[in-house]
Amino acid sequence: MAFARSEFADTTRLSGGRRYIRGLHIDLPLLLSLLLLAGIGLVVLYSASEQSNDVVIKQLIRLTIAFGIMFAVAQLSPDTIEHWSPWLFGVGLVMLVAVLLLGEVGKGAKRWLDLGLFTFQPSELMKLALPMIIAWYLSDTTLPPRFSRIIISLALILLPTFLVARQPDLGTAILLAGSGIFVLFLAGLRWRFIITSFILLIPLSWVLWQYGMHDYQRKRVLTFLNPESDPLGSGYHIIQSTIAIGSGGLYGKGWLNGTQSHLDFLPERKTDFIFPVFSEEFGLLGSILLLAVYALIIARGLIIASQAQDTYTRLLAGSITLTFFLYVFINIGMVSGLLPVVGVPLPLVSYGGTSMVTLMAGFGILMSIQTHRKLIAS
Amino acid sequence: MARQSSLTIKDHLRETHLFQKRVLFAVIVAVAVLVLIIARLIYLQIINHDHYTTLSEENRINILPIPPIRGLIYDRNGVLLAQNLPSFTLQLIPEHIRDLDDTLQQLKALIDVSDEEIARFHELRKTKRRFEGVPLRFRLNDVERAKVAVHQDRLPGVNVTAELTRDYPQGKLASHAIGYVGRINEIELTRLDATRYSATKHIGKVGVERSYEDILHGEVGFERVETNSQGRIMNKVPELLPIPGKDLYMTIDINVQKIAEQAFGEDNGALVAIDPQDGSVIAFVSMPTYDPNIFVNGVDRETYRALSQSPQRPLFNRALQGQYPPGSTLKPFIGLAGLEDKIIGSDEKIKCPGYYMLKNDERKYRDWKKEGHGETNLTKAIVESCDVYFYDLSLALKIDRIEAYLARFGLGETTGIDIRGEQEGLLPSREWKRKTYNLPWFPGETLITGIGQGFTLTTPLQLAHITATLGTQGERYKPRIVHAIGEPGIEEISVTSPNHIGTVQKSNPENWNIIIRAMTRVVHSIYGTARSINPGIQYKVAGKTGTAQVFGIKEDEEYDEEKIAKKLRDHALFISYAPVDEPRIAVAVIVENGGSGGAIAAPIARKVMDAYLLKDK
Repeated sequence: MAFARSEFADTTRLSGGRRYIRGLHIDLPLLLSLLLLAGIGLVVLYSASEQSNDVVIKQLIRLTIAFGIMFAVAQLSPDTIEHWSPWLFGVGLVMLVAVLLLGEVGKGAKRWLDLGLFTFQPSELMKLALPMIIAWYLSDTTLPPRFSRIIISLALILLPTFLVARQPDLGTAILLAGSGIFVLFLAGLRWRFIITSFILLIPLSWVLWQYGMHDYQRKRVLTFLNPESDPLGSGYHIIQSTIAIGSGGLYGKGWLNGTQSHLDFLPERKTDFIFPVFSEEFGLLGSILLLAVYALIIARGLIIASQAQDTYTRLLAGSITLTFFLYVFINIGMVSGLLPVVGVPLPLVSYGGTSMVTLMAGFGILMSIQTHRKLIAS
Repeated sequence: MARQSSLTIKDHLRETHLFQKRVLFAVIVAVAVLVLIIARLIYLQIINHDHYTTLSEENRINILPIPPIRGLIYDRNGVLLAQNLPSFTLQLIPEHIRDLDDTLQQLKALIDVSDEEIARFHELRKTKRRFEGVPLRFRLNDVERAKVAVHQDRLPGVNVTAELTRDYPQGKLASHAIGYVGRINEIELTRLDATRYSATKHIGKVGVERSYEDILHGEVGFERVETNSQGRIMNKVPELLPIPGKDLYMTIDINVQKIAEQAFGEDNGALVAIDPQDGSVIAFVSMPTYDPNIFVNGVDRETYRALSQSPQRPLFNRALQGQYPPGSTLKPFIGLAGLEDKIIGSDEKIKCPGYYMLKNDERKYRDWKKEGHGETNLTKAIVESCDVYFYDLSLALKIDRIEAYLARFGLGETTGIDIRGEQEGLLPSREWKRKTYNLPWFPGETLITGIGQGFTLTTPLQLAHITATLGTQGERYKPRIVHAIGEPGIEEISVTSPNHIGTVQKSNPENWNIIIRAMTRVVHSIYGTARSINPGIQYKVAGKTGTAQVFGIKEDEEYDEEKIAKKLRDHALFISYAPVDEPRIAVAVIVENGGSGGAIAAPIARKVMDAYLLKDK
């Protein structure tokens, strides 16, 4: 009886919705802003897909699965996640090598691994496994990390990045490198190291340009620098998408009224180039609103990182959030002509399921970190 | 260093502080980036809004592809084999129709639209915009067009559009050679040049239509199309005119082809006639044949099932892909091998008792003539088609020499004719048997190879080719079925030259004459197995009959044609060329389950040779 009473007393103390949500390991502010973003995404997608219910329903199913995965991951304790880090990284690395050796070719690149029942993109697993392993490795000792640790971390980052770049998938390679470097940066990488690296990067990028890039990748950089040079080829994407955004104006042309997108001028408008569809129809005001929702998610992620109780969770949460930001920046940057076209989707808005699952698993980790804190520490 | 490594307790406060400084820096960068993006958006959407609005309007001038007109196909005398005819499509523009169901009901009453067509219409409608026409019925006939025209006022939004569609005026004639076009399918879509085929709906599927797709297709053109804000076409200006595909002139003589196809009657089989002097295919017959016109705009399921599942296999190109045992038609070539390799002399005789036995083997290898041919030399063995003579000769030659000699004529490999999908037949060897069955070669197999049975397989095309090679005393020409390409708009046609692919090595030309004389007697002597075609013939023919076993007969069993079901009867074969002194046509005929080569296959060859050689008389 005594036991039962104390249990009863405990639940009354934890009354209120927030406690209940916390018991389910859900972070309400993050969940609500993600739902808001997903909702906006479906609305744009309906327009971008020429009002196809089919496409919207498919995306809705993917979102449901992705949110389910987020909830599932949130149930894991951060200790478990930390424990898994090296294993996950090892498996991811083996699969990346396998994909180069015997991967399925899609659109001229080897990215998929056929596992019999389904195809799998190992680079997606790596997007989480890489920051996990770096955070795991660095949280072992005192921060800021010593030089030897930095070098090993850089090696751990470059290996999968190189493998993915070879597929070739430049967008994912950039995101991967970013996710690892963010961990290093948050771990307190010294400024003089960062600045020196930037200076060294200049000759390195020349080498990369000369020997490390595919022709189509070079062409993309060149057309980014001067889109008019190839108006019917690869410059076409950038020209059409800036026209779409620019003609949207302050208020936009209204939902389903975007002429650029609906007259088939805008390519890839359901996937990588969905932001111009949104921006054409909802204008500058709508775009700022969308950016605000992204900012909300990022802010919440950084708060979770700051409140995290140990080095591992802190570094991981920070890296996941900043990588998410990198997604948004690269995507909107490329469609608005600020960055070259590298093929990064607009998270939770672009049509497609592969990266969505990884993103939501990442948010699951954030929720796990936030909701598994031990009360004494805060 | 020493101090750091000995430090095991982490300085939590310092780490947390460091981390928060870094997060703060990240926030500052993130805000800066967001500001940059918003600044860029303001630049695009506010400052340059007018500029981009203008560009957006200009975008409504679109470039649309115009399909090229497909090249025509003629026979060697200029008779049209494939052309393009206007085809009329009934289409509905949903935007102009107030009550779609009512309109469909009216049309149903008017021209008998089927439910299947209506279902397809609704399916197609989903992929089109409201102002675009959605096809309901393809290939309207004149009566239907007239009916729609008369009731046009009651049917707003219903119209008839014309487009060119492929038509084969000869119908079933030569369809295995000409082939047909059909709608481009998804697999073809992935390998085609997207720009070049952007306006094309049809592509060559089989036959010459497929092999010469590249030449027949032509180059796509473009027009500038101005659309209004809803995408409706307002004005069209041609930018680049399409270049029509080139015309093809086939080597086929459609009159000879017609006579050949009719000569088969109800029988299945194949016939290939070749001009030995240049390899041009004069007739290319595979029976039964089919009407290629039904495939052009999509064949309905039932018709297709009937065609593809018919036991007669009308879609199977027997002349190109049918692989048959050559039977006794191989004997002249075995005989020639024996002479050339000096295994036999032309006058050496053996005694034929009606069967042949190997040493240490109980089995009797039968001759078709049970009582035997008696004293037999090479000429008699060819004229009367004595099996025992060739058993004996093959055993002396051995499989290796047989294989090597027949390979010189091109057996066991494709002839390289300009139609896709050719089969290579089978020329067996020790090596082949070991690889395929993991077994050694047995002497008994050499015997039956010598009379064209056993493993050996040839296509009718190969048989015609080797017969032509015999006629030219060893000069081999790659068979071709297209000999000229016509430039559109220009009278001149560019003629492709014959492709001489080699000469069969000769040790003594007289050996060839011995074989050819014997083959002449096959037709023109009273003992010849093809003497039935001799009466009234106006030129000299060298020929050889053959039968190919469809099923094996036990050594003590009698082959009784009457008792055996038609589908189990032997295939009847005949090869020939004429005139002997100056060969102009070589023919190979196979009549499936025809029974006797001399009685069934040879008369067909005679009709074809008559038609070709005597056409001017």
